[in-house]
Amino acid sequence: MSFRSLDEIVSKCEEQKKPFWRIILEDDMEERMVSAEESMKLMEKLYLTMKSADASYDDKLMSSSRLVGQDGARMDRAVREGKVIGGDFIGVVIAKALKMGESNACMKKIVAAPTAGSCGVIPAVLLTYEEKYQVPLERMLEAMYVASGIGEVIAERASLSGAAGGCQAEIGSASAMAAGALAYLNGGDNLSIIHAAAMSLKNLLGLVCDTVGGLVEVPCVKRNVVGAVNAIASADMAVAGIVSRIPPDEVIDAMREVGEALPKSLRETGEGGLAATPTGQEVMKHIIR
Amino acid sequence: MNVFDIMGPIMVGPSSSHTAGAVRIGYTARQLLREEIKSAKLYLHGSFLATGKGHGTDKALIAGLLGIKPDDERIIQSFDLAKERGMEYSFEGIELKGAHPNSVLLKLEGVRGTQLELVASSIGGGLIVINQIDGVKADITASYPTLIIHNVDEPGHVSMVATILGQQAVNIATMHIYRDKRGGNAVMIIECDQEVTPDTIAMLRSTSGIKKVTYLSMEEEHEF
Repeated sequence: MSFRSLDEIVSKCEEQKKPFWRIILEDDMEERMVSAEESMKLMEKLYLTMKSADASYDDKLMSSSRLVGQDGARMDRAVREGKVIGGDFIGVVIAKALKMGESNACMKKIVAAPTAGSCGVIPAVLLTYEEKYQVPLERMLEAMYVASGIGEVIAERASLSGAAGGCQAEIGSASAMAAGALAYLNGGDNLSIIHAAAMSLKNLLGLVCDTVGGLVEVPCVKRNVVGAVNAIASADMAVAGIVSRIPPDEVIDAMREVGEALPKSLRETGEGGLAATPTGQEVMKHIIR
Repeated sequence: MNVFDIMGPIMVGPSSSHTAGAVRIGYTARQLLREEIKSAKLYLHGSFLATGKGHGTDKALIAGLLGIKPDDERIIQSFDLAKERGMEYSFEGIELKGAHPNSVLLKLEGVRGTQLELVASSIGGGLIVINQIDGVKADITASYPTLIIHNVDEPGHVSMVATILGQQAVNIATMHIYRDKRGGNAVMIIECDQEVTPDTIAMLRSTSGIKKVTYLSMEEEHEF
């Protein structure tokens, strides 16, 4: 990995007069000693797996703890019946984020993006965008490289693990990656891409990992929804020309600092926050027995 | 780190450490045994014991032992598949001193009678480490072709093994040496840059002072 900062990626784009996604693709070619075609082929496999995972959602499944399942279908129905406030696009994004999160909890095949717990954020916005605007596959793959590049810098400067940095490191990072990808798809320039990511991460700063019973279920599945919707809002702001007043790389550093300051009980231990509520504790007793 | 450490892997949920990593532990143990498993005793430690059921860790371990990979949706049916194939298994809780929270002790017996005992941990993101093999300390990441060689603790065996590998154009990436006591049982753990051929393994086995050679290949598994 040759990028320590988002600024560095943007400077390289400008020096070489290449788009953001191309710089990330070329970095992968160098890192793994593969051709552009080989790298693209693997990215295509990941994207198509996201698509088939979305399509094969099973609306009858419940997770083994019976805490999550079937909510994606409920949301789908509400969208079909026109009972959503934010319009069809946001409605479908919410449904897709729930479905992927539930499929993960129900032991179906998913793509960790960047983690299994946050696997719903990126496909929710990308698949919905592709469907609505009829985007060619190649351009969707470019957006996947944009998202990956942002994720690489976050992993390098902070963390992508809930146990290390709380939920902000998982859903927050996924949301930042998705926001950058959306800004790119919607015609944003390189600065819009990194400011979309920065605003997205800022909005979720401090989000704790307080999984009930230590399982990737409550509140993870629904937090995929907030990550996805936040990505759309941040991308829209960035493409409108709004910038993050704190530079993107500094936002990532702040995320690391906040993560380090979080008590252990709020970092995937199933001890604090929602996990510590009377209902959370009750649920845990049932799961363990 | 590369792009695909961030995006991916393709896996069956819900957790890269408790599910995907657990499948890899089972799969790697099977690769090390190199035969179909007749019986498996699994002892879960720490978080594997506390939250393993909700994460499908138990099903994931058994799936791996059956040769199923982390992205295969049959993981959830692994208990039934084990029954169909006549593999016996049992689970118990255990307290492994000083072990990583996501750890398991496996005691395996193959259909041809080979026995293997190992302690392995899932350390996050689907990565695993084998900490102990047949009672001896180890540090195997299962990311390279790996040789585990048990030998008598006397001078010359390490250089002999290194010479054989060198002659066969196998480069040693990392090498660790352990022993229980002076002149007792010793183990060499060698991670290699290239695959080691069956002929080379046979050569190692027939070397005097070498008691057991176990090999972990990174190639797709073939019929045992």
